[in-house]
Amino acid sequence: MGASGKYFGKEMKRSEDQQLLTGKALFVDDVDLPGTLHVAFYRSQSAHARIVSIDTTAAKEREGVVAVYTAEDMGEYWQPGPLLVPPPPVEGKIFHERTQVPLAKGKVRQAGEPIVAVIAKSRYIAEDAVNDIMVETEEIAAVVDLEKALLPETPLVHEDLESNLAAHVIQQKGDYDSIRDKADLLISRKFHYDRGAAAAMENRGIVASWDEKAKELVMWDTTQAPIPLRNGFAAMFGLSQHQVRVIAPFIGGAFGPKIMMFYPEEVVCVWATMQLGRPIKWIEDREENFFATTQERLQIHNAELATTKDGIILGVRDEFLHDTGAYDPYGLTLPINSQCNVLAAYKVPNYYSDFKVVFTNKPIVTPVRGAGRQHGMFVMERLLDIAAKELGISVVEIRRRNFLEKDDFPHNHEILFQDFAPLVYDSGDYAPALESVVKAMGFEKFMSEEKARYKAEGRHVGIGIVSYVEGTGIGPYEGARIRIEPTGKVSLATGVGTQGQGHFTVFPQIVADQIGVPAEDIHTVTGDTRDFDWGTGTFASRGAVVAGNACHAAALALRKKILLHAGRHFEVEEDQLEIGDSHVWVKGSPDKRISLADLAGLANPHRGAVQPGTEPGLEATAYFGPASGSTAFGSHGVILEVDPETMMLKILKYVVAHDCGRVINPMIVEGQIHGGVAHGIGNAYYEQVHFDENGQIQNASFMDYLLPTANDVPHIECMHSETPSPLNPLGIKGVGEAGAIPVGAVFAQAVEDALSDYGIEVTEMPLSPNKLFELMQKSRTTESTEDTEGV
Amino acid sequence: MADLVAVSITVNGKLYEKAVEPRLLLSDFLRHELRLTGTHVGCEHGVCGACTILLDGKAVRSCLIFTIQATGQEILTIEGLADLVEGPAWHPLQEAFRETHGLQCGFCTPGFLMTLIPFLEENPDPTEEEIREALSGNLCRCTGYQNIVKAVRMAATALKEGAK
Ligand code: FES
Ligand code: FES
Repeated sequence: MGASGKYFGKEMKRSEDQQLLTGKALFVDDVDLPGTLHVAFYRSQSAHARIVSIDTTAAKEREGVVAVYTAEDMGEYWQPGPLLVPPPPVEGKIFHERTQVPLAKGKVRQAGEPIVAVIAKSRYIAEDAVNDIMVETEEIAAVVDLEKALLPETPLVHEDLESNLAAHVIQQKGDYDSIRDKADLLISRKFHYDRGAAAAMENRGIVASWDEKAKELVMWDTTQAPIPLRNGFAAMFGLSQHQVRVIAPFIGGAFGPKIMMFYPEEVVCVWATMQLGRPIKWIEDREENFFATTQERLQIHNAELATTKDGIILGVRDEFLHDTGAYDPYGLTLPINSQCNVLAAYKVPNYYSDFKVVFTNKPIVTPVRGAGRQHGMFVMERLLDIAAKELGISVVEIRRRNFLEKDDFPHNHEILFQDFAPLVYDSGDYAPALESVVKAMGFEKFMSEEKARYKAEGRHVGIGIVSYVEGTGIGPYEGARIRIEPTGKVSLATGVGTQGQGHFTVFPQIVADQIGVPAEDIHTVTGDTRDFDWGTGTFASRGAVVAGNACHAAALALRKKILLHAGRHFEVEEDQLEIGDSHVWVKGSPDKRISLADLAGLANPHRGAVQPGTEPGLEATAYFGPASGSTAFGSHGVILEVDPETMMLKILKYVVAHDCGRVINPMIVEGQIHGGVAHGIGNAYYEQVHFDENGQIQNASFMDYLLPTANDVPHIECMHSETPSPLNPLGIKGVGEAGAIPVGAVFAQAVEDALSDYGIEVTEMPLSPNKLFELMQKSRTTESTEDTEGV
Repeated sequence: MADLVAVSITVNGKLYEKAVEPRLLLSDFLRHELRLTGTHVGCEHGVCGACTILLDGKAVRSCLIFTIQATGQEILTIEGLADLVEGPAWHPLQEAFRETHGLQCGFCTPGFLMTLIPFLEENPDPTEEEIREALSGNLCRCTGYQNIVKAVRMAATALKEGAK
């Protein structure tokens, strides 16, 4: 076990910060190659239209323009992108694959879809030339309303299909119908969870450079998945994988959409550099980011919960619609995640879940922090809250009664998860996390005393407490290579890219203890296919779990090699040796001591021969692939106040208890939680992508799309516990998305509580001051009608 | 193409004399003409604050200013921040951000640091509320701001002690 040592588990300051804090870190837009040309795209103004004609004459004539391309120019390289995630093998499923194209041909299916690429000497000129382009279109009614999209009279997003249905999947366990009659309580509601933007501070960017003489393509890309991108481009352009190098340098946040691959802009940039033999650069602007970068998360659920009179869950039935936007390159990952997460932290013996994925004329939907999980969580937590109210028990009590217990693990939920493995929770202990939040929030006292006091003061203050789980760290695998050079330099390379998670710090923390060098001295490379080219990417809260364990495995292998070489050198058994301080020595013989640098020199001799069965150098490569994901969990609690005049919220207290197994660096884990909660707060109360009936985004700028600021995000109190995962040697679980998942549910509960006088019920996310106002109006009207009826 | 206009701008203590298009944004001038790429661009419409620099000592958004408007003035960017203090390799604010884990992806960070320089000069002893108010014009998607608030407090203390 490497799970405790000089570095592992410690609050080590980050190695990458020096560069980032002095303005010396390389981001994609900082790449500046001689002779670079710049791309700008003419994007569809309409969300749904047939292209009648494209006139690029004026653009081509503009001084400084080098080339103007439409779909036709790409010839056989014009192809729909590959399906990134095949659908899981669920019996009876329907799945229609329709993936994005590099430049629209014949028809556009979303506003912002690229139609023409202009390549010019500067970005300014390229943008000028975009304004010279004339595209004539014939409008088709846009498919915007998710529930109407499947009606027979609705126009088709993909006309070769019979309807806008992209997929249909049913998964079940037990027999919901058989217990329905026996239930003492049935709660059924419709829930609505709308779209938000991932809104990483750095927009997307690409620099692609084809060297005709070296026959080599180098690409800097704000991607979360450099290796699959490299492999895909090699295949697409008939190159060997070794002719393509993809570099994901420092990336200014990702949160999901940068895992989407073969975006139109990526394909066009690579194709164009091969046409022109000059470096091509495209840097997305913020408005493009709203239209052309993927988003999440419109779903509409019709769900029913069946319980006993004591609030024990008998079963859940859920039917939902999932908006995939204009294409579905990411397969079924998101709705499957939602389907699994309805089961949340509870014993649910009977479950029936049916989802339909629907094409609409909106931006493509792929994972954004949480990736479908918050919807499932929201449905279950809300159903429990409503049931508790009906039964007259507290929101805390109903959760206590239904939690999976310590001895229930591993727990098989019997349906398939996004990694195609059965949804098995590896380990957990949910009740203590909830109780610690109950205690930290002073829940009992709040209910018995403070609530009445606030009320007497005329204040609307409410409390919310919910629980969550997060399936993290799925396969297939990642790898790592560690090398000690004869100069003493230590390098570590892994395939996953980094977007702020602290990989340059935590991976060395894992390695340093095993090979006896200072973590600060390990030079780490992530996300450059030249240095490591097996693996998949940074997504699904898997970097620390999968790549972290690969680093651990490589460190163990290297340790073995050190001992082998040192044992031969000193002619002693390996168990006589000790490693530390960048040296290895024979126990009890201080003079028999050699530096790892010198040992590395011996391991790579200039003369003589390497010993049979020995590889040259002090280097090791290893891989790790978990059989299935590890499940992190926790509880969130909030006390918030609603101003009934302005409907603005003030968060008085926010508490998180979380458990992501063994922690490599508590400072970084806590940072991930803070950021996740902030993102969740945005999604719960401030952020929503608004579409009009024509599929146009109404708020595609940071002026109108509100990200939470330092005034909106409260101080977050974090409490940690560690339930190690049995699924990996380090016992770790992922944490990247956890913070964002339960915020909608906890907000809903607390807002309802704060406005309990008005008897509102929250069944949709995000809320906003407007929506809260509407809810209050609605409950007022219902109240007054009821009053009249009573008379 | 529009006629070029001569500008002379001092950036981080160095005088640059160049001819630029009148429409060239100051952010693009710094990043792509002078290759000072530490100043970042997150929105290009004045909301995110990532492009904040000091123009004659005031924190301004370089994406909202044309280069020609800055002629004759003095600019400080993240690359010149450490030169504000004598001795140690970096400014107490930089140190504090590292100590408190006030950055994750680091993309927003230069903008935060530049915003905070004049703020702490004017408010050497800010309350939490004042700090949050001062930060509220800069967006960060990664950190939830909590550790940035902590960093500002730490830097304020360090700066005060340094001044003694
Ligand atoms: S880039 Fe200037 S404020 Fe956002
Ligand atoms: S650290 Fe990533 S946006 Fe602030």
